[in-house]
Amino acid sequence: MTTLLTNARLIDPEAGTETRGWLAYDGGTILATGAEGKTPAPRVDQTFDCDGLCLAPGIVDMGVKVCEPGERHKESFRSAGLAAAAGGVTTIVTRPDTNPSIDTPETLEFVTRRAREVTPVRMHSMAALTKGRRGEEMTEIGFLQDAGAVAFTDCDHVLTNTKVFSRALTYARSLNALVIAHPQEPGLSKGACISAGKFATLRGLPSVSPMAERMGLDRDIALVEMTGAKYHADQITTARALPALERAKANGLDITAGISIHHLTLNVLDVADYRTFFKLTPPLRDETDRLAVIEAVKSGLIDIICSMHTPQDEESKRLPFEEAASGAVGLETLLPAALRLYHAGHLDLPQLFRAMSLNPAKRLGLPGGRLSAGAPADLVVFDPDAPFVMDRFRLNSKSKNTPFDGARLEGRIRATLVGGDFVYGAL
Amino acid sequence: MSFAHTHLLGIEQLNPFDITALLDLAESYVELNRKSVKHSEALRGLTQINMFFENSTRTQASFELAGKRLGADVMNMSMQASSIKKGETLIDTAMTLNAMHPDLLVVRHPHSGAVDLLAQKVNCAVLNAGDGKHEHPTQALLDALTIRRAKGRLQRLNIAICGDIAHSRVARSNILLLGKMENRIRLIGPPTLLPSAFAEFGVEVYQDMKEGLQDVDVVMMLRLQKERMDGGFIPSEREYYHRYGLDAEKLAVAKPDAIVMHPGPMNRGVEIDGEIADDINRSVIQEQVEMGVAVRMAAMDLLARNLRAKRETGVMA
Repeated sequence: MTTLLTNARLIDPEAGTETRGWLAYDGGTILATGAEGKTPAPRVDQTFDCDGLCLAPGIVDMGVKVCEPGERHKESFRSAGLAAAAGGVTTIVTRPDTNPSIDTPETLEFVTRRAREVTPVRMHSMAALTKGRRGEEMTEIGFLQDAGAVAFTDCDHVLTNTKVFSRALTYARSLNALVIAHPQEPGLSKGACISAGKFATLRGLPSVSPMAERMGLDRDIALVEMTGAKYHADQITTARALPALERAKANGLDITAGISIHHLTLNVLDVADYRTFFKLTPPLRDETDRLAVIEAVKSGLIDIICSMHTPQDEESKRLPFEEAASGAVGLETLLPAALRLYHAGHLDLPQLFRAMSLNPAKRLGLPGGRLSAGAPADLVVFDPDAPFVMDRFRLNSKSKNTPFDGARLEGRIRATLVGGDFVYGAL
Repeated sequence: MSFAHTHLLGIEQLNPFDITALLDLAESYVELNRKSVKHSEALRGLTQINMFFENSTRTQASFELAGKRLGADVMNMSMQASSIKKGETLIDTAMTLNAMHPDLLVVRHPHSGAVDLLAQKVNCAVLNAGDGKHEHPTQALLDALTIRRAKGRLQRLNIAICGDIAHSRVARSNILLLGKMENRIRLIGPPTLLPSAFAEFGVEVYQDMKEGLQDVDVVMMLRLQKERMDGGFIPSEREYYHRYGLDAEKLAVAKPDAIVMHPGPMNRGVEIDGEIADDINRSVIQEQVEMGVAVRMAAMDLLARNLRAKRETGVMA
């Protein structure tokens, strides 16, 4: 059955354009797009009027933690899927930092099956790079790849043994597998829960210099140069790390970098009176860093924006700041928060969707993230200007640990389509 | 007298008028404490619970005595021994205590911000007796009272704070309080114990003792917090004593009438020479202990007035 979405503001991250027009799809695949008044729309079986709202490729969120197996009370595939659909996320790429870690083909098959049963959006898994994420022995990268793993990462466990890491990178390279690492010098950041500076000193919290990120990245770049592996830095959040990243890319290394939406929209002062919902890994940085990384996303130096969705229950957050668990949920707030960057004039919509949809899909070798013919009809329709006050208890996630609770946001998702089917909202 | 606070969580929330009001009231308790009958009824009928999640002898004794002299029913709970070991969270502990209807809760905790967190969950007055590396407000207030009595004023003084500033909540509270009262503050210590971020607090930073102590009115020494160190902040105790320990030679560059303070307990021969600590012409260390009781009486008295007013009328005094 062919469908037409008319009267839309088409956000095309590939072309970098924003046009008023239509999009037609057949079954699950995009047929064509066209500008209003220029290209006549094809004859179709059904038509939806987008009423001038934005139509963009659905978000590909790289690095989502679904707490299955292990902590299903924090987030299940069902709740994560609902949250994703409500947030305009059409593909979730899950992290292996579950309990136990996703480090064998068997566990990977289990989570894939669970996701297929209950998740309305697409789901791909990343697998651990080393067994149990302990940094000692590499996982069965080949088998895991056969079972569907799209990337390999120990998440926020930094692989300290460079011999083990270099072998894993070398082996991954032979399979053309993407390795994702968390650039951080673990000696410096040990025990720290906030970024060093005046505020950390005033609050008396153990802190880490932003330099620890650059040191971690420098080391990883050297290893990538040595092994020729395909590498992605999960989060680059400091100004100091950017020149190193720029040089590595200029030298032709196969390196990309990501950042969480929280590091682009919040800074260390938001911690205020020890608010643990603002405790993240890596910690929130100061305003200078925030502005520098926004520029880096704009220029394309930082490739990918993700939610770094990390559900934590109330008990693990209602503790003194040092003891509280780290991380924030983000599937449902990713787009409204990202639109803060648009409303502040930092980034235009095609640039945002380049970082949230196109680049992650490209990096992981997935077909989505674009509006061109032949791409899957994974789409999000949203009103970028609709204001609302965020109420964390209305989130679909089982865990409600969002730093945007009570925040005034602009941008409501009106409909999310996966393979041409409405999985959230309606038109 | 104005002191519009429900809790005493830190110096950060106080303004100069609050500080002066509290110190003025504390003066009257100094008088009381020197009489042979040391008793007031200010806290009669109220229950004070001292919850110490971290070892303390002096502060706990001082708070206990302060409460008893004001007629409160005082209970001490040593928390490191009890429920923490059984896995109870801080909030659970707070809720349990709250159900016993305390009026004043005195809390010390090894983590910064823990006392703030607890204060959000109980409906009584909370006094911070030290939280992690964050604040120790009653210590800063007793230091201020000691200085004011010794120097006749609490403004326009040159005050040096020396030693392990990085790990010290006493230093943070003192920097805030003495800054609010418009004094010139100098911080002196090895760079490993005095992070560069402190320079942003409107203070002067010195790495050399003799340079930093030049013409100061007050020398505040800090305890070298050995138990807090991950190791490797200083090469050795003897090198530390040689470079940063307060001895007669270093003290000689300060003003001739400069006073020497220490929050205790002292490491003699590490941060301070024993003879200086005992020199009755220079050292006010014993006086600090005395002022501690008076300041804590004043703090609890003020908070109790607000608590009673709030319970009776719904608005703060």
